[in-house]
Parts: sequence; C-alpha cells; structure tokens
Amino acid sequence: MFLFILKRLVQIVPVILGVTLVVFLIMQMVPGDPAVIMAGEGASKETINELREDLGLNRPLHEQYLSYIGNVFQGDLGNSLKNNQPVMDEIMVRLPITMELAFFSIMITIVLGLIAGIISAVRPYSFSDISVMVVALIGISLPSFWLGLLLMYVFSVKLQWLPVAGWDSTAHIILPAITLGAGGAAIVARMTRSSMLEVVGQDYIRTAKAKGLKGHVIIYKHALRNALIPVITVVGLQFGSLLGGTVLVESVFAINGIGRMIVDSIRTRDIPMVQGGVLVASLVFVFVNLLVDVMYRVFNKRIDLN
Amino acid sequence: MTINSAEVESVNLILARKKLRREKWKTFFSSIGKNKAAVVGGVIILLYISLTFLAPILAPYDPYEINLQDKLQSPSLAHWMGTDDKGRDILSRILYGSRLSLGVGFSSVAFGAFFGIVLGLIAGYYGKWVDTIISRCLDVMLAFPGILLALAIISALGPSLINVTIAVGVFSIPLFARIVRGSTMEVKKLEYIDAIRTLGANDFIIIFRHILPNILSPIIVQGSLRLATAILSAAGLSFLGLGAQPPSPEWGAMLSSGRDFIFSAPYMAIFPGLMIAILVLGFNLFGDGLRDALDPRSKK
Repeated sequence: MFLFILKRLVQIVPVILGVTLVVFLIMQMVPGDPAVIMAGEGASKETINELREDLGLNRPLHEQYLSYIGNVFQGDLGNSLKNNQPVMDEIMVRLPITMELAFFSIMITIVLGLIAGIISAVRPYSFSDISVMVVALIGISLPSFWLGLLLMYVFSVKLQWLPVAGWDSTAHIILPAITLGAGGAAIVARMTRSSMLEVVGQDYIRTAKAKGLKGHVIIYKHALRNALIPVITVVGLQFGSLLGGTVLVESVFAINGIGRMIVDSIRTRDIPMVQGGVLVASLVFVFVNLLVDVMYRVFNKRIDLN
Repeated sequence: MTINSAEVESVNLILARKKLRREKWKTFFSSIGKNKAAVVGGVIILLYISLTFLAPILAPYDPYEINLQDKLQSPSLAHWMGTDDKGRDILSRILYGSRLSLGVGFSSVAFGAFFGIVLGLIAGYYGKWVDTIISRCLDVMLAFPGILLALAIISALGPSLINVTIAVGVFSIPLFARIVRGSTMEVKKLEYIDAIRTLGANDFIIIFRHILPNILSPIIVQGSLRLATAILSAAGLSFLGLGAQPPSPEWGAMLSSGRDFIFSAPYMAIFPGLMIAILVLGFNLFGDGLRDALDPRSKK
C-alpha cells in the first residue's frame, strides 16, 4: 500500500506542474499591464517601471514561470491587486468555509444517493424503482443555482424555517448543502442501482440465496459491499464537480468561500486572486482523487493497481 | 493493369466492413425508435429547436421593449409568464432567449468535439510518445474541477457570451478526446485498416475516412450528454454575470436578474430556470436512450 501511495504521489507531480503551467499561461493572456493596475491611476512611468522590475515582468516568460512555481511551492501566491494583501491569507480564511460546504454536500450526495439507489435496486422495474429513477433524472437536470433559489423561496421566504443567506450557524449550512449535493446524489443513486443489479446477478449471490439467507442479509452484507466499489469512483468524480459547483452555490447564498472569491475577483480584474483560487481548488481536487484511488484500493483488494 | 489476390482480399474486407457499418447504423436507429426515453428526449429537443425558429411568430411582445408601467406583473392572460422589473414580457424574452441558450450549447459542444476528436484520433492512431504527450495534457485539463477552467479562461478573455462558448468548449475537449482515443485504439487494430493501408492509403485518409466513421456512435452519445452539461455551465456562467450581458434574454442572465426579485416576483426566476431544466432533461433522456441503444448492457 505504501508503495502504491508513493507511486501515485509521483504520478501527480506532472499533473500539478501542468495545472500551474495552465493557470500561469491563461493569466498571461489577460489584457493590460499588472504593473499599471497595481500602481493605480496617475502613477508615474518610473513607478510603473520599478514595479515591473519588482514583479519580474521584464524577465522572459519561462523565467517568470519558474519563479512563479518556486513561489507557489513556498505558499506564496502573490498579492491581491485590490488591497495588496497576500492571496494566500485570503484563501486560508475562505478555504475552510468552502471545504465545510463541500463536506456536508458530499455527505448528502453519498447518503441520499445510496439510499435511493438501494431502494431502486431491491425491486427493479417496480413503481418505487421507476419513481426514484425519474426523480434522479430530474435531479441531474436541475440547474443548481435555480434549485438554490427555489429552496430559498420555499424554506426561507414562505415557510421561514431557514435563514436566507450567510454562513453563521448550522441552519445556514442546510440549504446550500442540499443544493450542491442533490445533483451528485442523483448520479450516485443511478450508479448504485446499476452496480447493485450487476452484483445481484452474480453466482455468489445465487449461492447465498440457495443457502437460505434472508433478503436483507444478502443485500446489505453481500451485494452492497461489492456494489459500492464502482460507486466510490463516482463519488470521487462528483467531488470535482461539487468543488466547481461551490462557485454558483456560494454566489446564490452569499457565502464567502473560495468560489465567490474567484467570481468577485474576475469582476474586479484581480488576477492574482483568480489565479490563486483556481490553483488551490484544483490542487484540492487532485489530492481528493488520490484519496479516492487509495480508498478504491482498500475496498477492492482483488485488483492490483500496481 | 493487373490486380493481385492480396488486393482483391483487401477490397473485399473493406466492402464487408462498410456493409457491417451500414447494418450497425440501421440497428442503432431502430433501437432509438424503440427506446421511450430517447423518443421523449428527442421530442423535447425538437420542440426547443422549433422555438428558436418560431420565436418571432410566437412571441406576443418585443423582448427588449421596456415598459415601466407594466413592471413586475404576475402571470396573467396578457402576460402568460408575467413581466420583469423593466416591464418586458417574460414569455417573449424566453422564446427569443432559446436562440442564445441553445446556440451557446451547440456551439461550445461543436468546438470541444472538433478539437477533442482531432486530438483523440491522433493520440489513438499514432500511440507511443504522441499519445503520452496528448494524454498527459488531457489529464491536466481534467484536473480542474467543474467549471473552474472555464472561469479561469473567462477571467483572461473577459465576460461575454462568445467567451463563455469558448470556455465551455475548451472544458469539453478532454472528454471527447478520451472517448475518441480509446475507440481509435480499438478500431486501428482491425484487419480492414491493414487492408486499406495495403491499398496505399495515407494516414490522413485512414484516420478521417475509415476510422472516424466507425467511431461516430460513442461520439454522438457523448455529444448529447455534453450538450446537457454545456447548457447548464453556460447558463451558470451567465447567472454569475460572466456570460450574456443585460439586456440579453439569455436564460441564465434572466435568472440572474430574477434573483434580486425572488421575494417579490419569484416567477422572474422560476420560468427561465424551468426552461433550462426541461431542455437539459431532454438532452439527458436522449443521451441515456442513445447509450442504451448502442450498448444494451448499459441498460440496468
């Protein structure tokens, strides 16, 4: 296992370098001179030139990239063009909020998705199966930002059960987490059903039935354990779209996470903030994928990932 | 001119493959016709496409005309979906907006499909270091979660509907490329590709005239499912104010304006969102149906 983790860690190094390169190159395409933006209106040519020298903007592109990557690995993501504060400080404030939202959302995705998938698979092609699958298909098709507004209207405006926006208490977490987790839950439900049906057709389940084991024992002890293996990969992939989805949900519910920071920074053309936010979110995703691979390995000892 | 037996055999192999391909397409179309989900999805998509053409006939009002006297009217006989904060008829705006929302979806998927198919064909056909380089680049693109790569691109290009189309299109490239690469690797091993090569065809002809037509079905399924995601992503970016700009009746942008009136005039947000949801549902149903028709084992 240690060797496997080590090998995967080595494999993600070029991906991380690639991500930093893409982010760096995209930001090079931004029109306008960062030194002029940082110096502010009315700054003299000398000030702008000094700033360009300080920021290393006069150096060739590859040198700028090497210096950027060196800074990134030391945790230095540059300073905000808006308030000149380190980008990393802002990210450290906002990242826990986004991770908390992502954690609760993925919990909803897993729990709701598994329950719905099992209900469907236990009696395939029954009324309950068809109903759950129709709801799942609708769930996949709903725009998260629209679902968020609808939930806000019903539960915050009409029923007044939950707060409208913000991130101050447990009650604030419920609606954003449901909004973000619902689409993933629908995908996990479909995958669980499909995977369970495949497992139920296997010989060892037939043997379990022949031995006279009770239905729920077969489902939960034998079928579900094996059916869960492909579901783990889907949950891992869902985490990616969920991290991307935080951008929309944080904007709907006015949550000060990384997603909202990126959108606000695009509007104010604060490029280092966008660059830092996108980079950190992508690195989190890369490491979550590594974790999923390890979990896949733990759950499915039959396969040899080496 | 004399034709040797090897060439005759090669020609026979190619003809047999072409016949097999025709038969596969026939079975494919008849399976789609029998698949209820695909038919329902197809009908929804066709209805939406007809809306884009019929908008000028069906729309009761000018979608851009401001009429402050009629602002924020609830749905009524005069305004079936109500009016927005500037007194514009929401139904008329939604009808015209279908052109933008569908247009962005189709254009971005076409953009992603074009580059994805070309990269996938090259990687799958040539293999070795070419495949390694392209595959590693695709891995990097896939390392960006959700719409974050699109956001980074928009931050560089600036907010506009065209830039959203490019950004969402770029985001689709690796997904097409991966599928095409895998299918190309399978098809290039077939005997008839060797037969074509024996007859003197160059790589370009082999890739685009003989491999591509044989891997179209997974591309079509991916295209249909990607359209659903592309429409959602584009609407999401417009919702954030990074895509279509006011007074454009793009559905995501309409939803964004409706958000400010969710307490007093919820219909401003409800109807554009419903239109997006039904269209995406249509593409998901159609894509699922296509996948089942192509691979009955996937229907579980």
